[in-house]
Amino acid sequence: MTSVLDSPRATPSGPATRRRLVVIGNGMAGARAVEEILARGGAGQFTITMFGDEPYGNYNRIMLSHVLSGEESDADIFLNSLPWYQENGITLHAGVKAERIDRFTKHVFSNDGRVTPYDTLIIATGSRSHMPPMDGLYTPGGSIKQGIFGFRTIDDTRKMVSHARQEHHRRAVVIGGGLLGLEAAHGLRSIGLEVDVVHSAGHLMSAQMGPDGGAVLRRSVEALGIRVLTGSRTTAVLGNDRVTGVSLRDGTDIACDMVVVAAGIRPNVDLAVLSGLPVERAIVVDDRLRVQDEDHIYAVGECVQHRGEVYGLVAPLWEQAVVLANHVTGTDTSSLYLGSRTATKLKVAGVEVASMGLHGPELETDEHIVFSEPSRGVFKSIVVRNNKMVGATLLGDSRKVAYLTQAYDRGLPLPEERIGLMFDLGTPDGDTGVAELSDDAQVCNCNGVSKRTLVDAVQGGCATVAGAMEATRAGKGCGSCKLLVRQVVEWAADGAVEEDPAAGYYVPAIPLDKPALMAEIRKRGLRSVSAVFQALAPGGEDARSKMGLASLLKMMLAERYIDERDARFINDRVHANIQRDGTFSVVPQMKGGVTSVEQLRRIADVAEKHNVPLIKLTGGQRIDLLGIRKEDLPQVWADLDMPSGYAYGKSFRTVKTCVGRDFCRYGTGDSTKLGIEIESRFQGIEAPAKLKLAVSGCPRNCAESLVKDVGVVAVEGGRWEIYVGGAAGAHIRKGDLLATVDDPEEVKVLAGRFMQYYRERANWLERTYSFVPRVGIEHLRDVIVSDSEGIASRLDAAMQDSIDSYEDPWKERAEPVTPGQFRTSLPLTVLPQVPVQ
Amino acid sequence: MSAEAATGAQTFVLGPVEQIPLGEGRAFAVDGGQVAVFRLRDGSLRALPAVCPHRGGPLADGTIDLGVVVCPLHQHAFDLATGCSTTGADNLSPYEVSTDEQRNLVLQVPV
Repeated sequence: MTSVLDSPRATPSGPATRRRLVVIGNGMAGARAVEEILARGGAGQFTITMFGDEPYGNYNRIMLSHVLSGEESDADIFLNSLPWYQENGITLHAGVKAERIDRFTKHVFSNDGRVTPYDTLIIATGSRSHMPPMDGLYTPGGSIKQGIFGFRTIDDTRKMVSHARQEHHRRAVVIGGGLLGLEAAHGLRSIGLEVDVVHSAGHLMSAQMGPDGGAVLRRSVEALGIRVLTGSRTTAVLGNDRVTGVSLRDGTDIACDMVVVAAGIRPNVDLAVLSGLPVERAIVVDDRLRVQDEDHIYAVGECVQHRGEVYGLVAPLWEQAVVLANHVTGTDTSSLYLGSRTATKLKVAGVEVASMGLHGPELETDEHIVFSEPSRGVFKSIVVRNNKMVGATLLGDSRKVAYLTQAYDRGLPLPEERIGLMFDLGTPDGDTGVAELSDDAQVCNCNGVSKRTLVDAVQGGCATVAGAMEATRAGKGCGSCKLLVRQVVEWAADGAVEEDPAAGYYVPAIPLDKPALMAEIRKRGLRSVSAVFQALAPGGEDARSKMGLASLLKMMLAERYIDERDARFINDRVHANIQRDGTFSVVPQMKGGVTSVEQLRRIADVAEKHNVPLIKLTGGQRIDLLGIRKEDLPQVWADLDMPSGYAYGKSFRTVKTCVGRDFCRYGTGDSTKLGIEIESRFQGIEAPAKLKLAVSGCPRNCAESLVKDVGVVAVEGGRWEIYVGGAAGAHIRKGDLLATVDDPEEVKVLAGRFMQYYRERANWLERTYSFVPRVGIEHLRDVIVSDSEGIASRLDAAMQDSIDSYEDPWKERAEPVTPGQFRTSLPLTVLPQVPVQ
Repeated sequence: MSAEAATGAQTFVLGPVEQIPLGEGRAFAVDGGQVAVFRLRDGSLRALPAVCPHRGGPLADGTIDLGVVVCPLHQHAFDLATGCSTTGADNLSPYEVSTDEQRNLVLQVPV
């Protein structure tokens, strides 16, 4: 079967001036080499002719197993269909076998009698299935017995499928338990056959992994219903004119209707041998992919032996094609192929497999780290030599493959705790070590700051952590990367990092920690932010210190605080949360997440009247109206006529509750009632950072009390557990049990006392999830529950003071507190547009 | 409202200085654009373009001291006198702003 496509298209330079490039082989290597050549302007230099002994365009051989299993049709796997050759002016002789070349007169002789001259030749003849010696492979006539298949080409695959689909064919034996054999077995199993895999080595995929990994893989393969026989050689195929079974070396027979031979591949070198080219295990090429001692003949792919290596994977082939194209086109004559480190990552029979380098330790000093969990089909083995990774096998879990491949390819130093090579232990801090983070690794995910940017800042003179953070804004988003930022800065400064004296200050402008600052404020009777700056800040007023001081003074002084609005952040000036487009979000109070028909109707009316672009339920069980312009805030509040929900401040935010005892058939305590009471009592209280609370009516914890700043859980027997220091945002932390009490009133007292202690002792912006572990839960229990310091009543009184001074800030709508309080600041120019939902 | 001065700058009178509380900023529409005018706690005035060059944040809503304004969206800071960012954002060109005898804000915009 021969089809010849001659390109009708003449290119500008004309064929006469172009050299003749002939490619023998139209598989993945040959076609990829041509693509690389075309990408380097090869069409202008060459007229290109290709020979392929399969009568098709070029297809993805790796995907043949998917065609076998029926996951893909054969049309899906074509990389270059016949029209592609025409479009690129390539003459393709598909279904024509090149048999010999004359390298002196530079001609290719093919089995259709054609003689094709070349100036440059590329041999990409690939490889074929290896048929191991056994009896009964051939019919007396010399052809392969019906029912025996290789697994190499699309025709092999089509024939296997049609044979397997015949009604009475139920059993298949696959000879070979390597990559290809398992893929064939999986494909045949998927279309309903009973499959036995016979593998001569002691374990499956013996070329890619050691015996322990092979054992885990075997379990996974057997779980698919495939029988596996290892250490077992097939000695004969039984049956006269068609297959009826196979005989094994130990004398047992397996009955079957078809045999697939997947016992390895052999390079196709007949043409090269016949033509007098140097062939050892395969065609010998140099670092430019030129056949040894030949100036005009190149070879690429599985038919090639480079520095003693013959590759059977696709990645080396891609690398070879690039170097070859550089030389053939002359675009980069310094380009060299130095061999490939074969790290493979693939899916075999539905199991993820990654393998690189050694399968196991070889020297006495090699470290071998192994994790095996056969029931889940997970196996990991890593070989370390001189603190470098020299081999890895991963089965069933390839999450760390990218990192390990990098470590293997580049010989990166490894974490001291080797287990970090196999598993992600939380964030990449400490475990991965900053040294081996790549330069472009993103350290701060909020502000998109890379390791390189941070290092540049340090080398540019920012010798303190705070300085580097300030210069790059790393760690200035959610703050969860601060530890990693600190490590990168310390690493970049190479020990020369200056101790940052300001790290212990409550606010950057005043060189005092929080207790000392509070003492000074009390001693001097300071009552406003500007007075504090004047008295205590050496450099005077500081924008970044204002908000923290305002919060502190309000907490300390309650009603005696002299409120200067410029010290507030914009959110606190206008009692709403600023959004990316400069509009604001409005969240009315909805205590305990309980609402009413009247509230919902009013909210709906307001949203309609003000054309609110987005109405969103918050995580704290409230309703958020987004996209409100600043100048509209007073009217929106007036129309709502509901108190502020404080969804914008460093303050007590909300109490999330579950349905509770009244409706829930599991509820043991009245969580909704208690939640509403807590919210009524502590609404709007300022704090060093926001406070999110929850009350759950039973240990099922539907209000997620264990991950709240203060979380309450009703337990059987009318008791209540109080947890503190939980978080489920940028950080995840389960709260610590502060106390278990009998009385809901006691819950309110202890929660209030804890919050007051936190308000007085926590650093600015320090959430309870940092504060609680810093001071320790035992200490907190002593102080809050047992009153070991005798301050309980003072704390309670201070909290009561703050509660008494509460005023709904949304009442400011009637009369602005400052001129232009709600005046627009929105530029007339285009802002990032938030789409209307 | 505006007058062409010999200096090559256009002058805009923006109304009474008391529109801006001490220590805060307010935005003014000027000549098709917007300018953020700040009234520092020492009584002096500064003016910058109203839009943060980083992500378009409203600088008039920022927090200020005698030296810088900090944008409310992502905390980029800009020197109020020079417009230079101290946090690595693009720089801004400051405007000249003063008061006249009636204590009206007077802004100079280069032509």
